[in-house]
Amino acid sequence: MTADSNPTETQETAPVPPRRSFLTKFLSVVIGGVLVVFPFATGLAFFLDPLRSRRKQGEEEVAPEFEGFIKVTELEELPVSEEPHRYKVIDDRVDAWNMFLQQPVGTVYLLRSGEQDILAFNADCPHATCPVSFDSDRKLYQCPCHNSSFHPTGDIANPDSPAARGLDRLEVKIRNDNEVWIKFQNFLPGKAEQIPVT
Amino acid sequence: MKALLNWLDDRTGYREILNDALYERIPGGARWRYVWGSTLTFTFVVQMITGVFLWMAYSPSSQTAWESVYYIQYEMQFGWLLRGVHHFTAQAMIVLLALHFMQIIIDGAYKAPREVNFWLGLILMQLVLGLSLTGYLLPWDQKGYWATKVATSLSSMVPVIGPDIQRLVVGGPSYGNHTLTRFFALHAGVLPALLIGFLALHIYVFRRHGITVKTPPKAADTTFWPDQVFKDAVACLGVLLVVLVLIFWNAPQHSSELGQLAEEGRLGDVFGADLGAPADPTENYRAARPEWYFLFLFQFLKYFSGDVEVFGAIYIPAAVMGFMFLMPFIGRWKLGHRFNVIYMTTLLIGAAVLTGVALKEDRADEKVAAAVLDAHSKSERIRELIVDRGGVDTAGAVNLLRNDPKTYGAELFAQKCATCHQFDGHDGTGEPLKIPATASDLGQFGRREWIRGMVTEPAGPKYFGATVGASYNGEPVETRFTEGEMASWVEENAESMTSEEINAVVEFLVAQGDRADNGAVNSELAAAGREFFENGNDNLTSACVDCHAIRPIGEDEELGDIGSAPLLTGYASEAWLRDFLRNPGAEHFYGDNNAMRAFDNLSDQELNLIVRWLLHNWHEPETVTEPDTVSEPDDSGE
Repeated sequence: MTADSNPTETQETAPVPPRRSFLTKFLSVVIGGVLVVFPFATGLAFFLDPLRSRRKQGEEEVAPEFEGFIKVTELEELPVSEEPHRYKVIDDRVDAWNMFLQQPVGTVYLLRSGEQDILAFNADCPHATCPVSFDSDRKLYQCPCHNSSFHPTGDIANPDSPAARGLDRLEVKIRNDNEVWIKFQNFLPGKAEQIPVT
Repeated sequence: MKALLNWLDDRTGYREILNDALYERIPGGARWRYVWGSTLTFTFVVQMITGVFLWMAYSPSSQTAWESVYYIQYEMQFGWLLRGVHHFTAQAMIVLLALHFMQIIIDGAYKAPREVNFWLGLILMQLVLGLSLTGYLLPWDQKGYWATKVATSLSSMVPVIGPDIQRLVVGGPSYGNHTLTRFFALHAGVLPALLIGFLALHIYVFRRHGITVKTPPKAADTTFWPDQVFKDAVACLGVLLVVLVLIFWNAPQHSSELGQLAEEGRLGDVFGADLGAPADPTENYRAARPEWYFLFLFQFLKYFSGDVEVFGAIYIPAAVMGFMFLMPFIGRWKLGHRFNVIYMTTLLIGAAVLTGVALKEDRADEKVAAAVLDAHSKSERIRELIVDRGGVDTAGAVNLLRNDPKTYGAELFAQKCATCHQFDGHDGTGEPLKIPATASDLGQFGRREWIRGMVTEPAGPKYFGATVGASYNGEPVETRFTEGEMASWVEENAESMTSEEINAVVEFLVAQGDRADNGAVNSELAAAGREFFENGNDNLTSACVDCHAIRPIGEDEELGDIGSAPLLTGYASEAWLRDFLRNPGAEHFYGDNNAMRAFDNLSDQELNLIVRWLLHNWHEPETVTEPDTVSEPDDSGE
């Protein structure tokens, strides 16, 4: 482009757009588009960052079969009973740039019905993730928000419950004959099937 | 479709607005010299877009500002690009501002009837400079923190209300959370809103009077669209390309690893805007400098001191700026326009010269260069620490750095220990000692070679030899150690020990420390060393244990008696060293012979940092094999 790309033919004093300006118009629009789209697209790609799944750093080394499992308690502290016990799940918690070591990351209920038989439930209601608590009198888990209740087995107890599924059962493993390890996960609320939140 | 547009036009009159906007008459034809205003508008739009996106991840507080910017730069996808665009476009704006200003002055576009628009432009310039100043602080890194701190301190020089202004700007008596929240609100709210308002006025008034044409016109009249739009677009594209070049400036030197970096999501390591070490108010940062476009003011201020400093900081800059508001009136006189052109040209050249002088002085100043280098290595170190930990805790990144033996152990050694001891021939940070050493060199303390030296030549210059010039509690030490019991024993017995026996006792002592940096211990050799330590051999005047008590590692019983020489239980371990530093004159260490001050006033954290540093016990990233961390003093500063 030279410094002067004006049409050279004589024109009226009235500002008439030059006729042979299609290329100029076309390029103006294209370049203008690039100019606006570039910063916006960069920002949008940045904005979509939360959709990426991140691998957790600084993970302690555990035996492969216990990967993803967290120790919650020991069998000695969990008597065989008809009533579930509530435990905090302690793990390293990542919050964007923060890493909080050994923080409560969730709550679980453990029900030990036999020597090695343990049922573990995430205490978040599968309807809208309100925290359920166990009502000893009624022998039911009760959700404080929308009145769902669940049997100790996790199944829905009240027919008019808005929950689409029973309480979320978590995998349990006994380690060293005494330690109770669970695979703590949160699941998408409102779905009939368990879909883990990654 | 046409019916719909007609309907819309009927209600809004958009066609007329569009028509007015696009078909503004450009007398004398489109010209490249008219592009600067449009490029400025473009850069401002870019800043608005990128700024709002950055806002979504930025957290203004003194424990989270740097940390969130770190996260943007290194962890979030395309964060480095977004931040790079925002950072370098801000710099481009300053350059474009100067070009636009000069074009207005040279073309006489500030003269009647355009005075008001010229003033609006001057206000816009202040707003852009304000955005630059406030934005520079937000990452809360060392350079932004200290530069802005200096700038706000200067505001306290304003007569009468200065101290109040400063307190209001800073949000209290000292820098902290409220400085950030205020600066952020100014940067992302107040100033952009004002800028939008004034820019709208600026463009409105500009449209009212049209372009200032050099007479006589060189070409026929045209309209804004498409001829001038095209030139403006090309110019804006040029600006964007310059910004991209600056963002990718390091590409050539990393060309071989770009693929790998991209795959691992680590492009932020090499591209985009720099992020220095987190701001540390306790550290005296010697390279506090404003961003390059304010450097001339910084340099200008150097020529004023004491009572007249306020002239350099406030009065003269304000007068120079205030004078610009008068230019339209001066331009009316015969030679006024020429004067204005000369005034502005002189200002620009003056600013350029001052900037050059400032840069030159900094280049010649080793301390500034060292501070910049130090901040750079700390920014790399903090990255290693955060990656290792998986993130920072609530105390923030600077706390992570302060607890890093590799970073602050060295500095503490230089402060506390290097008045007597050396560390591999320097003071721990690479500088030579200010006065000759009067105690042992601790660079390799507790390692095999060091212990061997202690056992074979305790009076040597790296050990007790240096103490002859020392004094303790006012008494000269002289030959207390060089001819002391250990030195005498070695002198008498050196011939009577085989090198295997020395190897064995060194290995035995190494085993006591159980230190990671010494590697695996040869247990067979150490067992032989234990035997030698306790019983010596037939030719020795005495065995080690006759002076040094010890409870060998893994055993329950203590050998020997405390009292005549330092206890060697756990020798050179962290616990031993901590105990020793707290009280070297304790009965189980040097007792009455002691000639070293007790470091009982150190905090546990400080003591820990020094001890871990002396034991080379700090985090190193796994993949990299690190050479010695502290190199010899670097004399590259010409």
